[in-house]
Amino acid sequence: MATQDLAAKQAHAHAAPQGFLRKWVFSLDHKVIGLQYYFLALIAVFVGMFLSLLMRIHLIWPTAVLPLVGEIKPENYLSLLTMHGTVMVFFVLTTAPQGGFGNYFLPIQIGAPDMAFPVLNMLSFWTTFLGFLVLIAAFFVAGGAPLHGWTGYAPLSALPSAGPGQALGADLWIISIAIFCIGALMGALNFITTTLDMRAKGMSLMRMPLTCWAWFITAILGLLAFGVLLSAGILLLMDRNLGSSFFVPLVTVNGQILDHKSGSPLLWQHLFWFFGHPEVYIAILPAMGLCSQLISVFSRKPIFGYKAMVYAILSIGFLGFMVWGHHMFMSGMSPYSAFAFSVMTMAIGVPSAIKTFNWLGTLMHARIHFSSPMLFAIGFVSLFVSGGISGPFLAQPVLDIPLHDTYFVPGHFHLIMGVASIFGIFAATYYWFPKMFGRMMSESLARWHFWFSFIGTYAIFMPMHYLGLAGHPRRYSQLTEVAYLHGLVPLQKFITFAAFVTIAAQFIFLINLFWSMKFGEKATDNPWNATTLEWTTATPPPHDNFGGHTPVVHHGPYEYSVPNAPRDYVMQTDPESVPAH
Amino acid sequence: MTSFDSTVTIEPPQISSGDRGTPPAVLDGGDSDRPDSGRPDYATRLRRARIGLLVALTPVLMLFVGFTSAYIVRQGLPSFDPRTNTMVRDWIPVKLPILLLFNTCILLLSTFCIEFARRRAKTEAVPESPPPIPAASDRDEEKIPWLAVTLVLGLCFLFGQGLAWRQLAARGFYVSTTPSSSFVYLLTGAHAVHLAGGIFALFVAGLAALFHSSAIRRSIVVDVTAWYWHFMTALWVYILCLLEFAR
Repeated sequence: MATQDLAAKQAHAHAAPQGFLRKWVFSLDHKVIGLQYYFLALIAVFVGMFLSLLMRIHLIWPTAVLPLVGEIKPENYLSLLTMHGTVMVFFVLTTAPQGGFGNYFLPIQIGAPDMAFPVLNMLSFWTTFLGFLVLIAAFFVAGGAPLHGWTGYAPLSALPSAGPGQALGADLWIISIAIFCIGALMGALNFITTTLDMRAKGMSLMRMPLTCWAWFITAILGLLAFGVLLSAGILLLMDRNLGSSFFVPLVTVNGQILDHKSGSPLLWQHLFWFFGHPEVYIAILPAMGLCSQLISVFSRKPIFGYKAMVYAILSIGFLGFMVWGHHMFMSGMSPYSAFAFSVMTMAIGVPSAIKTFNWLGTLMHARIHFSSPMLFAIGFVSLFVSGGISGPFLAQPVLDIPLHDTYFVPGHFHLIMGVASIFGIFAATYYWFPKMFGRMMSESLARWHFWFSFIGTYAIFMPMHYLGLAGHPRRYSQLTEVAYLHGLVPLQKFITFAAFVTIAAQFIFLINLFWSMKFGEKATDNPWNATTLEWTTATPPPHDNFGGHTPVVHHGPYEYSVPNAPRDYVMQTDPESVPAH
Repeated sequence: MTSFDSTVTIEPPQISSGDRGTPPAVLDGGDSDRPDSGRPDYATRLRRARIGLLVALTPVLMLFVGFTSAYIVRQGLPSFDPRTNTMVRDWIPVKLPILLLFNTCILLLSTFCIEFARRRAKTEAVPESPPPIPAASDRDEEKIPWLAVTLVLGLCFLFGQGLAWRQLAARGFYVSTTPSSSFVYLLTGAHAVHLAGGIFALFVAGLAALFHSSAIRRSIVVDVTAWYWHFMTALWVYILCLLEFAR
């Protein structure tokens, strides 16, 4: 044992830094880098929420003059829409669950002293941070932020003269996404190598917590998807700045024929959505893994069908690359192609349903502890089901065509991809806060936060489905002057008021987060009586994660309610002699 | 207080939980051969670096898959001619400069050189292992600085690619002239940027040798750079074939 301890001490490739810069800014420690990602996502989510609030205000009071912001014009509305989507998808939903919690907890959960390539890990964060700064800079250049939406459809995105914001603002948007891709790829490289090569003794793949499986598969998805987005971004930059015609057909702007020839806007859509659909799973898979973990911990039961959960994650990841065409049913694609994409999209419902039934199977007949992490985990399942149920509607071309450009689609994807993933982030925060900061968060504030967020989310996004079914187009900036939408304005007002309340409730979380760091009750090393490796080490974990010894794993990750065991749970590191399921 | 009551009643779950009854058969994790003697040994570090490289090459491959996909799609698209109101093809095949063949030879030569450098670095790092190729023990060959030769050949290749661009421009083919010329500049440029990354890694390996860094560390840098270089060579051959045979 002593030899092993010595080995672990020496195996940690870099010593604990002492100076502020090396310890907190340019740190090589995966835990600090995880926190850096987390706080970057926290800033980004408040920026994104603020932008969405401006959009909601403009929809209801289009001529209102807001302090500091002024009057929001229709083109400003499109800029807000673009930047809200981009900030949320890239810098929140991709950054926090994977870069934040994945960085912090993947090495600890598999028993490693750090990520495989710590310097690359640091670079991946600072590259992502640079990408965020470049994106935000688009607000402050001549013309402002771009109008083309987070999907950047050509030819609008390819023509600097197409509108305000499409000049330098759009260039910055593309460069920001390219920088983000590079950062994400460096991160994915670390996740995959670490998972494959740095697991502790006894930590076989089928003993990894489902969180680790989710981070691992998410990293593979990123590895395959971000390269293609990068290629599309380079082509787009060339179209915009070097006069090539990859995406731009012969086009007239303000009565003037441009030099571009027979480029294909649909080519952009294909390349973008080849990335874009796996991106949905990049956002949601880590939350799925986490909620599997939490539902098992707080039900005090082994997860129902561990292997089925692993194979479902693998299937979702694989099928995620086969369905990008369902975002393009409107493009006039061949009905045969549409049929193939439709069938594959329906097929993804099978592993998704397996996961859902396994969560419910775990909850069934369990003595559930409704602590705040569990509330958010159950909230995640609820949102995943509610948002997912409208997926098979949109997977059918015959239904997608009338619904595609309506509010039905924002209602669908905000529930399943946006807020469900955000609930996963909240659940992770409440669950791992004691381990990260050594203190407990206020449970009563957390419960207020949950109920406001849960009810508020449904109040915002369920009515959007009704708006869509009523034919309300999305992306319209002014509703009050469109006669046939008058009857739907009260519902839009309701959504805006719900958004006010829900966003205000997020400050409860913010206060709880920072207050608890300083004044929260001191946490024990394992406050949730959980079994995985992070709960075997000190709180917060030491620089080398396990205080100089290397964990050896003897049990699976979900050994709860074990008959004849001394406790109702068996830690992964408990000796083999301790009985297990 | 959110922690659990310590007096939890143990009740067996009332339903099945999938495969929980069968403990995992495999006991070892991926790092189960972690040595007891300090830092991961040479083999572990080399394996880790190679896995990292393999993973890193995947997005590079996907980048060029994306370009290839765009190439094939764009090649088949017609263009609308407003003068005749008809659809015409705007894809004008670009005859590649013969210089590219010469550059290809240089790159192929460099890939052999770096392979020699890799094998030598490995021998230096693990002296007890037998020389992998008989010729490597030859005195004269040992004097050849393979790494430096590779570096020079790599720079020659980049310089040659620059000359090829100038030849294309002299013939009137610029980035925006025709979609096919756009792709020639795009694919050769993207490849050159990636190869420049390999040259940077060679510089790092060279500096490591200069400042008497450990042979193990140098060997690992040279090893992954060599595999990366081989990949870049294969990629270049693929790009050349695409541009030449799918014009």
